[in-house]
Amino acid sequence: MDHREALIAASSHRVRQGGYAPGIEVNGLSLTYPDEPNALVDINLSIPGGEVTAVIGPSGCGKSTLLRCFNRMNDMLEGCRYSGSIMLHDLNILDPATDVTALRRRVGMVFQRPNPFPMSIYDNVAYGPRIGGVRRRRDLDEIVENSLRLAALWDEVKDGLGRNAAILSLGQQQRLVIARAIAVRPEVLLMDEPASSLDPISTLRIEELIYELKQSYTIVIVTHNMQQAARVSDRTAFLNQGQVIEYDVTDKIFTNPSEPATEDYITGRYG
Amino acid sequence: MSIKPTLETPGLMANTVNEGPVSGVMTALTAAATFLAIFSVILFLGFLLFIGGSWLLEAQTVITAGGVEERYNWQVLFSGESELSVTGGIFPAIVGTVVVTLLMAVIVAPLGIVVAVYLTEYASDGWSTQLLRIGVQNLAAIPSIIYGVFGLAFFVYVIGGRVDALFFESNLPDPTFGAPGLLWASLTLAILTLPTVIVATEEGLSRLPATLREGSRALGATRVETVLYVVIPAATPSILTGVILAVARAAGEVAPLMLVGVVKYAPSLPIGLEAPFIHLEQKFMHLGFFVYDLTMHAPAGDGRLGIVAAAGLLLVAVIVTLNIVALLLRMSLRRRYVQTGLD
Repeated sequence: MDHREALIAASSHRVRQGGYAPGIEVNGLSLTYPDEPNALVDINLSIPGGEVTAVIGPSGCGKSTLLRCFNRMNDMLEGCRYSGSIMLHDLNILDPATDVTALRRRVGMVFQRPNPFPMSIYDNVAYGPRIGGVRRRRDLDEIVENSLRLAALWDEVKDGLGRNAAILSLGQQQRLVIARAIAVRPEVLLMDEPASSLDPISTLRIEELIYELKQSYTIVIVTHNMQQAARVSDRTAFLNQGQVIEYDVTDKIFTNPSEPATEDYITGRYG
Repeated sequence: MSIKPTLETPGLMANTVNEGPVSGVMTALTAAATFLAIFSVILFLGFLLFIGGSWLLEAQTVITAGGVEERYNWQVLFSGESELSVTGGIFPAIVGTVVVTLLMAVIVAPLGIVVAVYLTEYASDGWSTQLLRIGVQNLAAIPSIIYGVFGLAFFVYVIGGRVDALFFESNLPDPTFGAPGLLWASLTLAILTLPTVIVATEEGLSRLPATLREGSRALGATRVETVLYVVIPAATPSILTGVILAVARAAGEVAPLMLVGVVKYAPSLPIGLEAPFIHLEQKFMHLGFFVYDLTMHAPAGDGRLGIVAAAGLLLVAVIVTLNIVALLLRMSLRRRYVQTGLD
């Protein structure tokens, strides 16, 4: 089965039945920038597949940096060095030999602010598949519709897929970029404070969407909103100064944390 | 809206009213400067319109095959009869101006985009890049006649000579591309306007938010794909702004063209309805040179200033038309590529 057929098959299957969502094993991950020698220090995490894992912590604690290790977005920064390993099933993400573009098709990302491309709604969603080699209009139509349905945006935009993405509200734009990310059928979805620029109602819709998506994807979400972490995640990792202070089932973290630092943070004593 | 006695009001009043005498002088000065600028533009356009326009609408006696006739000056100007007959009228000059400018735009746009993309997307931010950037920006300050000299030496003699030796040997010693012509003139103008396009494009590219590029890369697109499918389309309005400025500058240049291809009289147009449609090696006429030539050589008398102003008026009209076309293009593209929630 070639790549295109695989994409189509995945787009119709996984949407309904839930697909293969691998876990992520982080072992001894350390990361340094020229001006931040301890950006991440000896991170060990076992992120289960098909669940939502939240990463919380004060500003500058390294939570976004950690997230960007999972799809090697840190490679774009000059002078960034890392050691350790991150295993996605049997692929070592950090291996220099890993094909980054192929990795990013398996590990999608949603950013803090909606960043739709200045093109039509349809072209936004079709961007990834087109880059991946899907050319037939019928195939693209199907992927676009499936992705928009899954992102709960289809009913709002189906009559104007040719309109510029800029006309959508911020909340709709964020669901559009989620649709764009899942259009390439990744296995993992990384979300970097996906609701931080949205109003409460849009935020709620994104959270509902995350709940829906976890049937088919392994989701790692960075958030500075503790209530949000408590609402959407199955597990929570608390990071501070580049180190994992505590990592456990979300209920435990929020009701009965083992570490005093975690308790201080979630009760708002600092951060 | 009435001003309510809130806590904010005193501050508001201080900002709008108690600005002191210096502020009043500044306001008056800036207003005066603005008025002067607008006044001089109106004076300039008024001169062209009044002198040139009234000359165009005057009648003169023309000797034709059918005898003596009364003709309006604009008819004479376009038909090339009367004392202007040696120049073939103004029409070939209009065509020449438009063709050389459009050809320049076609050459400079891709060249400028490639350099700007390299500078913003690929080059590391070291001293060599800065040096290159400063160099490019300062190219704009070189007098245009120097570009003409460069065009003549490099394009006409070096490149044109080679082309002739390689492909048009049978015509030698008569030059084909080894002499000033349309292609070399367009290339010279393209080099002249290259900094304009590069600077405008760079500005557009650097204004695009990093998240746009990250969004594309995160979907598995390579850097090249990101540049081709996301970055350049999003920067198209800025690129077109650069091309508009380039067209405005190039259409008004005369000095360099006198060295690389413009002539007082060309026996045929550089474009035609039969293949190859465009004659890149031909010399051509140009409105700017037409104005210069008339100023220096038109028959002395009452009509001299009039015909020069009329030709100038037409040159301005051609440039304005080219710019309006480009502006319309940019407007329609802006609507397509509106910036999207990224400010």
